[in-house]
Amino acid sequence: MTEIPHLLVHEHQDSVGVVVIEGLEAGTDMMVCVTHDEPEETAKGNSVFRLTAGMSAPIGHKIALKDLKKGDTVFKYGEDIGIITADVKKGDHVHTHNCKTKRW
Amino acid sequence: MSDLSNKTFKGFRRDNNRVGVRNHVLMLPLDDISNAACEAVANNIKGTLAIPHAYGRLQFGEDLDLHFRTIIGTGANPNVAAVVVIGIEPGWTKRVVDGIALTGKPVQGFSIEQNGDLKTIMDASRAAKDMMHYASELQREECSISELWVSTKCGESDTTTGLGSCPTVGNMYDKLLPVGIYGCFGETSEITGAEHICQKRAINNEVGERWYEMWKAYQDDVIFAHQTDDLSDSQPTKGNIEGGLTTIEEKALGNLEKIGRTSKYIDILEPAEEPKSGKGLYFMDSSSAAAECVTLMAAGGYVVHTFPTGQGNVVGNPIVPVIKITANPRTLRTMSEHVDVDVSGILRRDMTIDEAGDSLIDMIRRTANGRHTAAEALGHREFSMTKLYRSA
Repeated sequence: MTEIPHLLVHEHQDSVGVVVIEGLEAGTDMMVCVTHDEPEETAKGNSVFRLTAGMSAPIGHKIALKDLKKGDTVFKYGEDIGIITADVKKGDHVHTHNCKTKRW
Repeated sequence: MSDLSNKTFKGFRRDNNRVGVRNHVLMLPLDDISNAACEAVANNIKGTLAIPHAYGRLQFGEDLDLHFRTIIGTGANPNVAAVVVIGIEPGWTKRVVDGIALTGKPVQGFSIEQNGDLKTIMDASRAAKDMMHYASELQREECSISELWVSTKCGESDTTTGLGSCPTVGNMYDKLLPVGIYGCFGETSEITGAEHICQKRAINNEVGERWYEMWKAYQDDVIFAHQTDDLSDSQPTKGNIEGGLTTIEEKALGNLEKIGRTSKYIDILEPAEEPKSGKGLYFMDSSSAAAECVTLMAAGGYVVHTFPTGQGNVVGNPIVPVIKITANPRTLRTMSEHVDVDVSGILRRDMTIDEAGDSLIDMIRRTANGRHTAAEALGHREFSMTKLYRSA
């Protein structure tokens, strides 16, 4: 595989992916991989899709895979990791400014 | 990787048949005010190691029990060949000496009252010198990889730990636990958010229920008793948030990747408690603070520690080699001197979790054979006691 993924997603049902390159800029046509599937599948072009980054984001930070509304549950690892506190557009940065735990 | 059950390493077999991967002669203070004497002895006798700490006076009840368990467990660890114990008075000093002596290793106690530091240092230095001669003649011998006790705890986690370095440790456990090693994970507060998943990873319902009771007790007795708002400033930490982790659930789910796909824990340990239920994976009720957690697991008898990190934790331990694993390319670029195993290929999708697990197993063997870890080379010897409540 020549192209390195920009964004990794744990499970198919997740609503966010993780930026895995440094210096991601707004407008980047990102290669997104679902890591639940083996890398051989990625090499074959399976479980790979494209997504345009709506804004820049540091390595390790999350990007929304679809439009998320205030009150929506955020899924990562196929599990509930919190709730959206302000509307998020597909491709935008998801972090403490628009997502929080439901616990506290 | 070829059949792991045939793999060996060269370790130090102790009188109690446990195998160590290091051969320290330890100057062990019972209490904070004996640190100076221990450090003076370590300065006199080259190659010995003093491990100063902050506590040991006017503790009582469960907190005192934990203090003794930690001090005795540290001296009893198979990575330690021989021990000089120094305390302010003879009673508690003897209690530590007697505890360590059960392993059969050389141990001698000295107390400062009615002697003063200088006489104590002279007497203890003579004993330490004899121990150094003894330890330096011990030879490594071939041991089965199944004789290793390997603990884990992650630190300065970010989203890359859940994608790369934690699953690498999990893959190692899925491969080595069936061979017969002892494993250990913990970090009670940090499982919050994934407690329903962790409970299900117990070997049976009874163990799972005991695990949940332990986790719940921390929530009720500590978090809800002492919280001012929520855990947002500590769980996730500022470093976690900088690294992209948003919620405690997200952090906990990444953390739990360390126990792999198939591994189940067979019992629950008190902090610093030695496992007694045979080979397998244990959960130790422990702090999520790096140095405290590694100190407790070392006191439980674990001889190698695997430490996944994202943003770059630098922790080490005086007696146990701490192997750092990271997948984060920025951390590798900015602080590579702290990393032993680079699994950043997982993020590039040119390394599988299976390959990463094999490379960690290889590094565990090399470390067990004597390779110094990054933390050892850089002199990280954090020895941090866990304290349960205020002293009398």
